[in-house]
Amino acid sequence: MNITVRVWRQKNAESKGKMVTYGVENVSEDMSFLEMLDVLNEQLTLTDDDPIAFDHDCREGICGACGVVINGQAHGPQVTTTCQLHMRSFEDGAVIDIEPWRAGAFPVIKDLVVDRGAFDRIIQAGGFISAPTGSAVEANNIPVPKDNADHAFESAACIGCGACVAACPNGSGMLFTAAKITHLGLLPQGQPERDSRVVGMVEQHDHEGFGGCTNIGECTAACPKGIPLDTISRLNRDLLGALAKGKA
Amino acid sequence: MAVSGLIMLGYLLVHMYGNLKFFQGREKFDHYLHETLPHILYPYLPEGGFLWILRVVLTVAVVVHAYAAITLWRRNKAAAGYVGGSRYQTKQNKTGYQRSYSSFTMRWGGIILALFIIGHVAQMMPNWLSPGGASDSKYDRVVNGFEIWWVVLLYTIGLVAVGLHLAHGFWSALTTLGQNHSSTRRGSRWTAISIGLATVITVGFISVPIAVFFFGAGS
Ligand code: SF4
Ligand code: FES
Repeated sequence: MNITVRVWRQKNAESKGKMVTYGVENVSEDMSFLEMLDVLNEQLTLTDDDPIAFDHDCREGICGACGVVINGQAHGPQVTTTCQLHMRSFEDGAVIDIEPWRAGAFPVIKDLVVDRGAFDRIIQAGGFISAPTGSAVEANNIPVPKDNADHAFESAACIGCGACVAACPNGSGMLFTAAKITHLGLLPQGQPERDSRVVGMVEQHDHEGFGGCTNIGECTAACPKGIPLDTISRLNRDLLGALAKGKA
Repeated sequence: MAVSGLIMLGYLLVHMYGNLKFFQGREKFDHYLHETLPHILYPYLPEGGFLWILRVVLTVAVVVHAYAAITLWRRNKAAAGYVGGSRYQTKQNKTGYQRSYSSFTMRWGGIILALFIIGHVAQMMPNWLSPGGASDSKYDRVVNGFEIWWVVLLYTIGLVAVGLHLAHGFWSALTTLGQNHSSTRRGSRWTAISIGLATVITVGFISVPIAVFFFGAGS
């Protein structure tokens, strides 16, 4: 298939960017979206153009490195990561717009690459447990109700890609933050630091310049890992509880 | 945002109860307004005292709500990372995946509501702004006003704005307070309840002007 892409090109963090149009020929529909960009980059290299910078690592949907906005949708038309999106999701002759995540807290570094360091700092503000765990114990030593285990696992699936922020009209990082709160808050090991965790992480989230959640729900629809929306209500419950205990 | 909104919603329900007394006729309606309301908790509170407490609480709620809205609006605009006038340059999927029209109109709808409320309060001052003619009977003023087409039109616009605002607002308030247990917005029972509540309120309020304008109630 032959397609046309319009890509956001931006030299560096300071420069102003713009959309640039390229034709890509002989694209196989079995290619992943990133492979299509690889082909385009080979083409650009041959003509001594600067290849398009984009983030990627595992290319199997588990690391969270990749992610661009495709035709206005974070990770494109399928509920999956950009690396797991295939060209068969597009028509022959399609014009595809490719842009970086847009958020005040995710400044563009170059082309489609944004700085997601803000997410790491949110995790550093409480997204962990500090109990010395030693070597792995026998799994059934600490019983966890099945329901809690399932929900914790579901939330632990967040790969920190940032699609939720890119899709949220408010540029809020609540779904990401709430996934971690839910994951640790549902397990026994997460209890001692439960209050300080939620207060610290939400504070850092706001400090990084992410927006406030207005419960639109675009984040869940965009999330490649299907992090559910009720995690945000769980975060709010934990936060209200912590504030009521004067843990601010 | 959530708490001040819920206070106003609570008031709206009681307000609607009062409005629907219109259908009991002139005497009952005027009695409710001129006698019942000023004597709530009387003699523990002076005559009209409860209404003044209510006015203060509501004014505070409106101010808090507006202040929170403006702060949030500005913060979220900065957080969305606009380049030039728009966030994403593409013309496709401008309305996102699944966001509702009502969530989309919270801000401008809120401004329409603010204007509506200012007009509405001005009109409630004793015989100050009285389209259709002043009277000491509130019932007569309602009828006089709603016999004019543009009053009905403005009122309808205001009430549709209320309905849209509530359809997202009630759900959003409860979610902020930690009450959503559904994995999607659409799937939540609170979404359904919000839409139901918004419809009941809009229809409840609009029934009075419809009855006056189209069916000649009260004349
Ligand atoms: S919540 Fe979903 S969209 Fe957001 S960072 Fe995690 S995996 Fe990505
Ligand atoms: S490259 Fe690892 S998730 Fe896409």
